Amino acid sequence: MAEKQFKVVAETGIHARPATLLVQTASRFDSEIHLEYKGKKVNLKSIMGVMSLGVGQGADITISAEGNDANDALNSLEETLKKEGLAE
Amino acid sequence: MTFLHGIAASNGIAIAKAYRLVEPDLSFEQKQVDDTSAEVDRFRQAMSKSKAELEAIRERAKVDLGADKAAIFEAHLLVLSDPELNAPIEEKIQSDKVNAESALKETADMFIMMFEQMENEYMRERAADIRDVTKRILAHLLGVQLVNPSMIAEEVIIVAEDLTPSDTAQLNRQFVLGFTTNIGGRTSHSAIMARSLEIPAVVGTKTATEEINNGDLVIVDGLKGEVHINPTPELVEQYRKVNEGYEAQKAEWAKLVNEPTVSSDNHHVELVANIGTPKDLKGVIENGGEGVGLYRTEFLYMGREQLPTEDEQFESYKAVLEGLTGKPVVVRTLDIGGDKELPYLDLPKEMNPFLGFRAIRLCLEEQEIFRTQLRALLRASIYGNLKIMFPMIATLDEFRAAKALLEEEKQKLLAEGQKVSDEIELGIMVEIPSTAILADQFAKEVDFFSIGTNDLIQYTMAADRMNQRVSYLYQPYSPSILRLVKMVIDASHAEGKWTGMCGEMAGDETAIPLLLGLGLDEFSMSATSILKARSQIRNLKKSDMEKLAQEVLNMQTTAQVIEAVNAATK
Repeated sequence: MAEKQFKVVAETGIHARPATLLVQTASRFDSEIHLEYKGKKVNLKSIMGVMSLGVGQGADITISAEGNDANDALNSLEETLKKEGLAE
Repeated sequence: MTFLHGIAASNGIAIAKAYRLVEPDLSFEQKQVDDTSAEVDRFRQAMSKSKAELEAIRERAKVDLGADKAAIFEAHLLVLSDPELNAPIEEKIQSDKVNAESALKETADMFIMMFEQMENEYMRERAADIRDVTKRILAHLLGVQLVNPSMIAEEVIIVAEDLTPSDTAQLNRQFVLGFTTNIGGRTSHSAIMARSLEIPAVVGTKTATEEINNGDLVIVDGLKGEVHINPTPELVEQYRKVNEGYEAQKAEWAKLVNEPTVSSDNHHVELVANIGTPKDLKGVIENGGEGVGLYRTEFLYMGREQLPTEDEQFESYKAVLEGLTGKPVVVRTLDIGGDKELPYLDLPKEMNPFLGFRAIRLCLEEQEIFRTQLRALLRASIYGNLKIMFPMIATLDEFRAAKALLEEEKQKLLAEGQKVSDEIELGIMVEIPSTAILADQFAKEVDFFSIGTNDLIQYTMAADRMNQRVSYLYQPYSPSILRLVKMVIDASHAEGKWTGMCGEMAGDETAIPLLLGLGLDEFSMSATSILKARSQIRNLKKSDMEKLAQEVLNMQTTAQVIEAVNAATK
């Protein structure tokens, strides 16, 4: 299993468009991908799961992936987060 | 063929097939199923049909409404393919042996409830997305068609109970030739929209949605307020002739596009337009408007999920100011509440919304919303001739408070090095009798008045303008209303200020002679009414109208006033 920590820098947190982008990216991979925030873990391919976390600015989040394309998935998600100025 | 009578809300004649904008019946019964795998298949089929439909809607929305508005359908698509929603539904069908409709409803309701209970307002609104998506899947399960106004691809006449701002935002102007609704009056939102879109409309037919089926041929006669369903070919032909006559008259008026608006004894008044969005500018220019007398900024806030940002607002205001190349533009600050709601503000329902927490009352309380708008306006001010007015002012204190906020934001912008015009006139809407009565005091502090007659009449007569049973009290020519109008105009002139009018009355054939006589300086109306009004004013003599106005102020009833106007202007 691969995992990585990020700090959310976007003013809006992970709502609306950012959440959409992350879920779309995650859905391209076969691996099981999860997002963890404040001890709660949700399926990163589920828009409702992601939004229900209510991730705001300054949040520390962990993304984990398990499966044959876990590393690619994690890299893609990291790229999306950084390119969109969401997290670092 | 059938015939309906309603209220002529927007001039012109439209002939086309009907498109019913009516929610279908989505009720169903919970049933036990034996073949659960067939039921899961049925659910998956409904899902894939919903997905295809949403994708098509999203593509069309991107083209017609822009990527911004299309984003909502992107969100819907993600909800639709959410594994956390789908898996429990399929499990439920299999374990509980229930039909897909029940499994869907129960699962979705659980999520809707979860989102509705969240603290964050944005998250609470997501419940609406889930509800929308559920409705779409349910429609496919039940084999009924949901209405998709954004997918209309042929010329139609819209038939609806009523049209809300978000309905109209989704309509494609190219294909909507006219509309007819069950409820509403000349001043309801749907009627105002029709005039700004320049399409014929008949509202308040009471039974349009019951009488008209999808695909029926319909004639909407916005001149007489009649709707004909499946008319005979003879009647269609007759209407084509009427329409030609109307078009010919419009062509005659069109010659006045670049002419000044002067009475026969050479008194000039300004004829300006009411607009809702920068898109309406085309109509203002084509109809010879001398500016904008009312820019309703609410539309910037409607039909969306969250407040517009300062930059979004700035772009719209700038577009309007630049589009009018130095002609006056009176912008009314946010007038929300009453019949215009913003779901995302989550305001509590009120017993008397028209007498409640709305317009400037809301803006002075929710200052961040107001300050954002003021900043956007101030920044746009250097691109044209901007005038700002505050709606629903009841006391001088309210005006002073609003003005102080504007001044604060101006100083902040200047400190940030931004440019702001020093020549912004600041005025108020006169809609509340208390303000009309105290106009002499207001006139010392404001730069101008703009009389909003729809509300002024409703508040003076104590008659809700959304309530058809008291619609007989909507009496713009009542001597009581005319006296209030006179008080306001006289008060402004005594201080060297000016008065405009931006309600329906300003473009009304019977009211115009009286308003000219009372000394109104600026008439703001639907762009399509401007040329007709200009043609009328050019044939009136102001000195005669002054005498007429003096006489009617001392009359007793509306009927007497109408009779006097008819006698004097025939």
